[in-house]
Amino acid sequence: MKRDNGTNGTERNKRKKSGFPFVSFRSVCSVISLQWAAGTVTAILALLPVALLGLWSIARGWYWPALLPREWSARAWGYVFAPESGIASALAMSAGIALAVTVLSLAVALPAARALALHEFSGKRLLLFALLLPVIAPPLASAMGVHALYLRYGLADTMAGVILVHLIPAAPYATLMLAGSFARFDTDYEAQARTLGASPLAVWRSVTLPAIAPGLAVAASFAFLISWSQYLTTVFIGGGRIVTLPLVLVAFQRGGDEAITAALSLVFLAPTLVVFATVARFLRQQH
Amino acid sequence: MHPRLRLTLMLAPAAAVIGGLFAGGLGLALVQSLGYFPPTGERSFTPAHYARLLSDGEFAASLALTFALASVATLISASAGLLAALALRELARRRPVFHTLLQMPLALPHLAMAVAVINVIAPSGLIARLAFAAGLIGEPADFPALVSDRYGIGILVAYVLKETPFIAVMTLAVLLRIGDEYEQCARTLGASAWQRLRYVTLPLVAPATVSAALVVFAFIFGAFEVPYLLGRPYPAMLSVIAQRRYMSTDLAERPEAVALAVVIAAVTGVLVWAYARLARAFAGGERPVLF
Repeated sequence: MKRDNGTNGTERNKRKKSGFPFVSFRSVCSVISLQWAAGTVTAILALLPVALLGLWSIARGWYWPALLPREWSARAWGYVFAPESGIASALAMSAGIALAVTVLSLAVALPAARALALHEFSGKRLLLFALLLPVIAPPLASAMGVHALYLRYGLADTMAGVILVHLIPAAPYATLMLAGSFARFDTDYEAQARTLGASPLAVWRSVTLPAIAPGLAVAASFAFLISWSQYLTTVFIGGGRIVTLPLVLVAFQRGGDEAITAALSLVFLAPTLVVFATVARFLRQQH
Repeated sequence: MHPRLRLTLMLAPAAAVIGGLFAGGLGLALVQSLGYFPPTGERSFTPAHYARLLSDGEFAASLALTFALASVATLISASAGLLAALALRELARRRPVFHTLLQMPLALPHLAMAVAVINVIAPSGLIARLAFAAGLIGEPADFPALVSDRYGIGILVAYVLKETPFIAVMTLAVLLRIGDEYEQCARTLGASAWQRLRYVTLPLVAPATVSAALVVFAFIFGAFEVPYLLGRPYPAMLSVIAQRRYMSTDLAERPEAVALAVVIAAVTGVLVWAYARLARAFAGGERPVLF
């Protein structure tokens, strides 16, 4: 395939007239250097935040005006994983809540996504819009409203209450994501398997599940991450009793301990990087 | 099973989350903001809390700041993201590693980005230290306040760094999908490089870029963590004030906090509606997600 190198008719004519054969070569150079400049900036912006957080987490007494730390220390990392700091239990709480949210989100999303992708019904557009709303709009108002109800029925300050509130953005997201997978799924394969005598469970296990597995994995990971990164909803509903990782992170940032804040930030972003590394390829293929 | 009943059962759990938790919560918030708040003995329906917001100087300053910051951050991110997508188009096609690098900031949670930005632009941060090393400033106090500053520069920096890659990724996805056949065709017909960009490429990517920008605006308008860490108490962004009043020991402030949250929900709701209309215009499978 011919690449765009800026040589259109007029330029060729100009080149002939001026007798300078390198005009187009130079314009090619400028295009190439522009994209490499953009590529370099992209690489720096992608890697710098994580690299800096890493540096901060192992620096000791990195005071003004030192450009680089003079001494290193594993203090912050030791503290993060020490049982007495309570960070490990916040980590377990975050993971526990996020896993529960993931399972419940998939339970909500699997049937709904199939219905949305493969069936026509009235109000479908409205439902799609209603699913999109909590994905993009912040769950501030709905969390406050739900909180009022929780106070009455004893769900405030409980893990179950927090899980339910995290479902507000997570389940609709998983549903929309899976609807995309089901939209590309041909139900005739299921019909064939049934004709050959497969039980509903066998059809699901050996036909439907393999077909939607990549989308299911992405939907599950993002449901996990949406819950994992919730801050305000956890503060409202957890009432200080349910302490997750982002709450600890913000507390240390406000407290001014840069090394521990940096180490906590890295622990906090680790799952998103893992998910990203696994699904980035898949998402690219989908596009 | 009757197909209609089957369909209802399939949609029931999702309807419970949307109708029960989301819409129910929103409805209860609306009721509270309209003055039905038994903990303080309020049981009447009145627009008083909204009226008080309107006459509240802090609300006016916060609304102006929130709107300005969301607009400026969205404009910068959209322009930079569009340019980045156009500049990286060939490179991303030939070397997928650059596509991956462009996507990477999307995986960085906003909280982590806020922490990194503070460490870089604070008065004793990395940039101030570089300025000191270059002999530009003598002490941290000489460095301009970029964190907790009057204009929310720190908030702006964090959002631009987070949202530019988001818009670039959404735009690049369309650029890679459409290939260059349209541009080649325009070229054959004698269109100049500028004409190809203006009349072929931009119209093709505009729905993706603009809808991504709408998502970004809606997200910044209601987001909390970044302004909480990088902003100052006054004027603060809307969600920060809503949180402060909601968590206040004075329960009487709570209905006003809920009214604020309802205002945020209404504004972002309209933006999501605009996004949904626009997103239908192009058959992209991209789903926005921001942490």
